[in-house]
Amino acid sequence: MHELSIAASIVEAVTESAAAYPGARVQQVRLRVGALASVVEDSLQFCWEITVEGTPLQGSQLVVNIVPVVAHCAACGKDGELASLQSFRCPHCGEPVTDLRQGRELEIESIEIDEVPVPK
Amino acid sequence: MTTRIVELRRGILKKNDELAAGLRTRYSAAGVLVLNLVSSPGTGKTAFLELTLRELRARGARVAALVGDLETDNDARRLASSGAPVRQINTHGICHLDADMIDKHLAAWEGVDIAALDYLFIENVGNLVCPSSYDLGEKIRVALLSVTEGEDKPLKYPTLFNSADAAVITKIDIAEPCGFNRDLALKNINEIRPGIRIFETSAKTGAGMDDWLAYLAEARS
Repeated sequence: MHELSIAASIVEAVTESAAAYPGARVQQVRLRVGALASVVEDSLQFCWEITVEGTPLQGSQLVVNIVPVVAHCAACGKDGELASLQSFRCPHCGEPVTDLRQGRELEIESIEIDEVPVPK
Repeated sequence: MTTRIVELRRGILKKNDELAAGLRTRYSAAGVLVLNLVSSPGTGKTAFLELTLRELRARGARVAALVGDLETDNDARRLASSGAPVRQINTHGICHLDADMIDKHLAAWEGVDIAALDYLFIENVGNLVCPSSYDLGEKIRVALLSVTEGEDKPLKYPTLFNSADAAVITKIDIAEPCGFNRDLALKNINEIRPGIRIFETSAKTGAGMDDWLAYLAEARS
């Protein structure tokens, strides 16, 4: 259950980035989370509501896009999406794979903000 | 009022990753091999590490250990009986160690200079999920699994086993009464992390320690 720490890290990072837009309200935060990132979306959503309270992100929506695991196969040379996390084998030729090209992501892709025009 | 989408493409654990990268550079400059030991609670990390520290010291190696737990310094006291410097990190509810905790504890550790060490072991909080996300700057991440836990543990926790550099099976002295299916356990570990080095050990009988110690010496050279 480290989703609370993850939620706190997201709030910290977004607050920093949003500071470049004074007065703006953050409406949405979009994440890219790898299937191998050990993050449970339901827990993260639950922690989100608690974590954003009293911060500039209060009321914002969290959108989690899950990134499947893609491995490069040394045997057949192709990249392929793993059919299951219980078997690290190439979906094309069935050989074991160790070279993961995606699936561990844990990143903030973008934020949607409502900008308030700055009075001149 | 206008709505705008701002691309960030920023790692959520960027701060931890940056700190860990800094630690990795420091370890490398200091010439110390750092290992991060991860398993469920009760696998026998502490007993395995205690024997490892003793054996390494008996061979003249300079070793130390940081040990993470939610509460108590019981593990640190057990490990200290090996004669090696040991420091307890109490996370008070946090389910993993992070790079900042390691950084702070290394700085506050009186009498221990990593440049004067050959090996530094970090025993993580007993947990097979959360520690996998937090890089501590280690060179080798070791996933441990005991014969009492069930051969399908690697399949249940693929993230951790896939991120490991070595796997250690503990308590093999009681494999038989536990009905431990060795072939299945090895197959499952290989299914998640093909080709990983696997050590079959017992902290009670010392089985498998020679291979493990040879691996450590090789990893340092």
